[in-house]
Amino acid sequence: MSPDGAVGEVARGGLPRGRPASPAAARFPRLRAGASYLQVAPLAVILALFLVIPILTIVVVSFWRFDEYRIIPDVVLDNYSYLLTSAVTLGLYLNTLKYAALAWVLTLGIGFAVAYFLAFHVRSTTWQMTLFVLCTIPFWTSNIIRMISWIPFLGRHGLLNQALLSLGLVDRPLEFLLFSDFAIVLAFVHLYTLFMVVPIFNSMMRIDRALIEAAVDAGATARQVVWHVVLPLCKPGIAIGSIFVVTLVMGDFITVRLMGGGQRASVGLAMSNEISLLQYPAAAADAVALLAVVLLMVAAMMRIVDVRKEL
Amino acid sequence: MGDPGLSNRSEARSPRGAVEAVAVTKRYDRTEAVKAVTLKIPSGSYCCLLGPSGCGKTSTLRMIAGHEAVSEGDILIDDQNVTDLPPARRGTAMMFQSYALFPHLDCLDNVAFSLRMRGVARAERRRKALDLLGVVQMTDYAARRPSQLSGGQQQRVALARALTTNPDVLLLDEPLSALDPFLRTRVRAELKRLQADLAITFVHVTHSQEEAMALADQVVVMNDGRIEQSGSAREVFNSPRTPFVARFIGGHNVLAGRVESCSGGRAAVAGAGGSRLLVPAGGLAGGSEVFLAVRSDRIRLGEGEGDSNVLEGRVAAIEYQGARVRVTLACAAEELLLDLDEAVFFAGPLAPGDWAKACWPVAETRLLQSL
Repeated sequence: MSPDGAVGEVARGGLPRGRPASPAAARFPRLRAGASYLQVAPLAVILALFLVIPILTIVVVSFWRFDEYRIIPDVVLDNYSYLLTSAVTLGLYLNTLKYAALAWVLTLGIGFAVAYFLAFHVRSTTWQMTLFVLCTIPFWTSNIIRMISWIPFLGRHGLLNQALLSLGLVDRPLEFLLFSDFAIVLAFVHLYTLFMVVPIFNSMMRIDRALIEAAVDAGATARQVVWHVVLPLCKPGIAIGSIFVVTLVMGDFITVRLMGGGQRASVGLAMSNEISLLQYPAAAADAVALLAVVLLMVAAMMRIVDVRKEL
Repeated sequence: MGDPGLSNRSEARSPRGAVEAVAVTKRYDRTEAVKAVTLKIPSGSYCCLLGPSGCGKTSTLRMIAGHEAVSEGDILIDDQNVTDLPPARRGTAMMFQSYALFPHLDCLDNVAFSLRMRGVARAERRRKALDLLGVVQMTDYAARRPSQLSGGQQQRVALARALTTNPDVLLLDEPLSALDPFLRTRVRAELKRLQADLAITFVHVTHSQEEAMALADQVVVMNDGRIEQSGSAREVFNSPRTPFVARFIGGHNVLAGRVESCSGGRAAVAGAGGSRLLVPAGGLAGGSEVFLAVRSDRIRLGEGEGDSNVLEGRVAAIEYQGARVRVTLACAAEELLLDLDEAVFFAGPLAPGDWAKACWPVAETRLLQSL
């Protein structure tokens, strides 16, 4: 293939092939090829430095050996064979997938409802934008602070339990509220619903309002409009939001640690523990496996929905 | 579109879908888009709402469809008050300007949409939808998505979809505006034929007077939220009521003047530039401001014999239009358009800058209702 293949095509912005981009380029074909490479170089360098090299490092380290106080360059499969045969791994993955599934269902439900309200029920653009910005305000605070603020609310002697007790709805404090799966999923939903709201809202704003009227004209009820028109047309937004939420939850460790009170585990948390014990090769193998699983999940979602329509 | 099966089906039924608007007003925040419009459209007729953009014609259509709430007044369809009924229960169907086909469904499912909403079984609704696609000659495209169709094809699918609900009234919002001029005249003829076959009422919004005149049994000219004139195309063209209608419908010269005298069934009107025109009219008070109209194809070049109005001016522009030549004559205070027969014009051709006299019979001068 000539050096001006794919790269040159992009650099010339889709001009017909073989037509010189400029008189100078026609006289110096080598210069033209060089210029194309130069144009893609910044992005290539950034991707190489911050994406390709770190991932390659992790892959390489995942084949090293380690003992209590050092890591030893080598090519062994010990890390992977332990990972793939240990019963703990399966439990960790099942638990993490459970969090991901619950967080996905809840953020999708809430996110869709919020986006629908914003896009179709708020008539004035000013209010739409005001309410939308209001949704983003919690994001001006750190994740950790937002998680920690749940603790005095959900704790054994927290606000919620005290309120329930004084109302006589329960006779002893509810234990499942904090340091439990409930608390973890609650925090995930709290943290990540906006990642669902934004792309779905964006999809909804692109729906031609005449389509809604056409559906109503054809006798569709409000519910049928949502199910048969809005939902199918929001699929790309839902897919993008789902990718955000699922990948964030799959890789999370801090939420599970804080809200699980050290009694719940996830893949990310296990990795973080290994790192704190300086077992870098084991953590690297874990990371490679997790990356593979998450990529498979994303690939599956992209198969179902053509996300490119949205971009 | 002229499917024989369709006309057989419709022979049994009498025309339906009489639409009546009674003092209908539409108010948005502060502006009144439609001002107490009263309109009667007979069943089984083709009605065109004609006017410039922002005249309230689309708002009126959308109120009949039920997509816009009526601020005041009532809408009746076949003598039933439908003002507060949802769109699907009015017996109307709307065809949207952009066609509003569902991009995620193929043509068949687009047409079958309303049947699906009513819970009709899959096989049944597919059969009916295929029937309707046949009516608009789109059967071969049943499995295509709207994005894979041309504008004209999308229009046909949208038409089939609107007909699925078996409407008494079909409401068309600028249905031809997205088509190229050549296709427009063809689709126009098909629409007219379909309306006759179905024997239902078509209400068609357009800003093209040519389209309205070609299609409509009843032309409703709207301006600034009001109906300026309503009647058959011939009526509206031959006797425009107001200066607005005369200008909008085209082919007319509108001249302003002041009544000098009025006697014996005719009035003498003085134009601003010192011209003096006669118009058949009675009972006009001297000194009142009036507008006159004269059709541009009734004006001839020359002095005129006997009972004629004459204006003199300099030729400002000449436009060759095929069968006719349009001459613009700049007179003292007014500009006069003449549509001359090609052969007549070239018998004694003029050039821009020439002086010329234009004349027309007094009987062809029309007094317009003053504003």
